[in-house]
Amino acid sequence: MSSSHSKVQIQGIGYDPTVGPRSTGPTQAPLPATPTMRGGQLSSPSTPITSSTPAIFSTRSNSLKSSGSNAIGGLTSIYDRNLHRAKHEISLSSLSFLFMEMISINLNTSKSVVELERKLNNLGYTIGLKYLELASLRVNFNNNLTSSGKSNTAKRDIKILEILQFVVSTIWTSLFGKPADNLEKSSEFNNQFMIIDNAPLLTRYISMPKEYENLNCEAFIAGLIEGVLDSSYFKCEVSAHGVPIDNFPTRTVFLIKFDESVMKREARLAGK
Amino acid sequence: MSKQIKQSGDDIWKNKVEKVNSELFTLTYGSIVSQLCRDFNYNYSEVNSQLFKMGYNIGIRLIDEFLEKSQLSRCSSFQETAEIVSKVGFKIFLNVVPTVANWSADSKTFGLVFTENPLADFVELPDDGKASKELWYSNVLSGVLKGALEMVQLDCDVFFVSDVLRGDETTEIKVKLLSVLKDEIPAGEE
Repeated sequence: MSSSHSKVQIQGIGYDPTVGPRSTGPTQAPLPATPTMRGGQLSSPSTPITSSTPAIFSTRSNSLKSSGSNAIGGLTSIYDRNLHRAKHEISLSSLSFLFMEMISINLNTSKSVVELERKLNNLGYTIGLKYLELASLRVNFNNNLTSSGKSNTAKRDIKILEILQFVVSTIWTSLFGKPADNLEKSSEFNNQFMIIDNAPLLTRYISMPKEYENLNCEAFIAGLIEGVLDSSYFKCEVSAHGVPIDNFPTRTVFLIKFDESVMKREARLAGK
Repeated sequence: MSKQIKQSGDDIWKNKVEKVNSELFTLTYGSIVSQLCRDFNYNYSEVNSQLFKMGYNIGIRLIDEFLEKSQLSRCSSFQETAEIVSKVGFKIFLNVVPTVANWSADSKTFGLVFTENPLADFVELPDDGKASKELWYSNVLSGVLKGALEMVQLDCDVFFVSDVLRGDETTEIKVKLLSVLKDEIPAGEE
C-alpha cells in the first residue's frame, strides 16, 4: 500500500484544541494532496493531521480533502476530528452480537470451515492495517505528554521480539483493556511464535457445536494480528487454536509463522 | 418520570454492563459493511436490506438481555416506549442517548435523533456518487429496533430519514407503530 509522508508545520499564535486545525488561522500550511484510492473502498479510522505538534503522517486510503470543505458541501470532514478523544465505551454484549451476526453471514456464504476462517481472517486483516497506525500514533502522543518537551521518540520496531512485545502489550491493551497473557517461542520451529490469551473476549459467549469443532472464531483476531505484522514488514501467517487448560476453557493460542525472508533479516540484524 | 427512566439507564450502564473499548466495535462494523458492499457489488439497496436483516436477528435476541438487565414491566403507552428505548435501551448497549423528537399528530410515529453514533466514528462514505444517496450506513440499528420491538408485540416500521454521513444535519431514525400484535398459539398446538 502506498502512503505519502510529509511534515505539517503549523504556524500561528495559539492552538485551540476545541476548535481544531482551523484555530491556527490562515497561516496554516496547505494540506498536501495524497494519492486517492478509488473503487468505493470504505474508510474507517485513518490518521488525520494533529496540528499541535509537527507530525509525520501517512494516509492509507481515500482522498484528502482540503481543510474543512467537502464534496457534499461545506461540512467538516472526518480529518478535522481529533483522534485523541476521551475513551468511549460500549457494552460487551453489543460487540458480541455484532460478531455473532458477522459469523452467521459469512457462514451462509462459505462452503467450508476453512473458507469461513479465511473470511474472518480477511476481515480482521483490514482492521489490523489501520489499527497499527492508530495505536502507534497514540503511543507517540502519550510519550509526548509524559516527556515534557522531548520530541517524539517512538521508533519503528524492526526486530521480531520488539514488534511482538508491541502487539502483546500496546495493541492488546487498547483493544481489550489488558495485555495478552503470554508470549512464547516455539521450541521446534525457529520461525514460530505464540501469543496466548487465556480468556479471549470476542468468543466468550460462543459455544461450538460438534460439526464446527475445527473452527476457531478468533480467526478474526488472528487476522488483525496478521494485518499489524504485515504492515510492519513482517510477513507472516497467523492462526488461532483453542488450547483449553484447567481454569481457562476458552484459552486460545495465536500461532504466528514468520516467513523465511523475515528470519533471514532477523539473522542479519542480530549478526551486526 | 422521565428523569427516573434516565437515572435507571445510567445506573444499569454503570453497574451491570461489562464495558469494552468502542473502537473495536466501530472497526468491526466498518469491515462488515465494506465486505457486504464488495459481496453485493455495491448494490446499496441490497446492502441496506442485508444490514437490516442482520440487525433484525440481533434485535430479537437483544430484547431478552434488555429485559433481564432493566427488569422493566410492560409500557403503558407508546410514548413511554419511546422514552425507554432511547434512555435505557440505547444507553445500555451503545452508551449513547438519542433524543426523542418529532412526534406525529396521532402519536404513532416518533423520531430518534442521534448526536453521536458510535458505529460511524471516523467513517466516510465512498465517493462514487451513489453511496451518499443510497446507503444507510447504520441501517443495522433500524433492524435491531424492529426486531426488539416486534418481540414485545409492537409491530413497527423503522427506517432512517437522515444521516450525517450522507451530509444531512442530523442522524435520525423514524419509528412508526403499525399495530400491537396479539400473542397467538402456533398452528397445530393447543
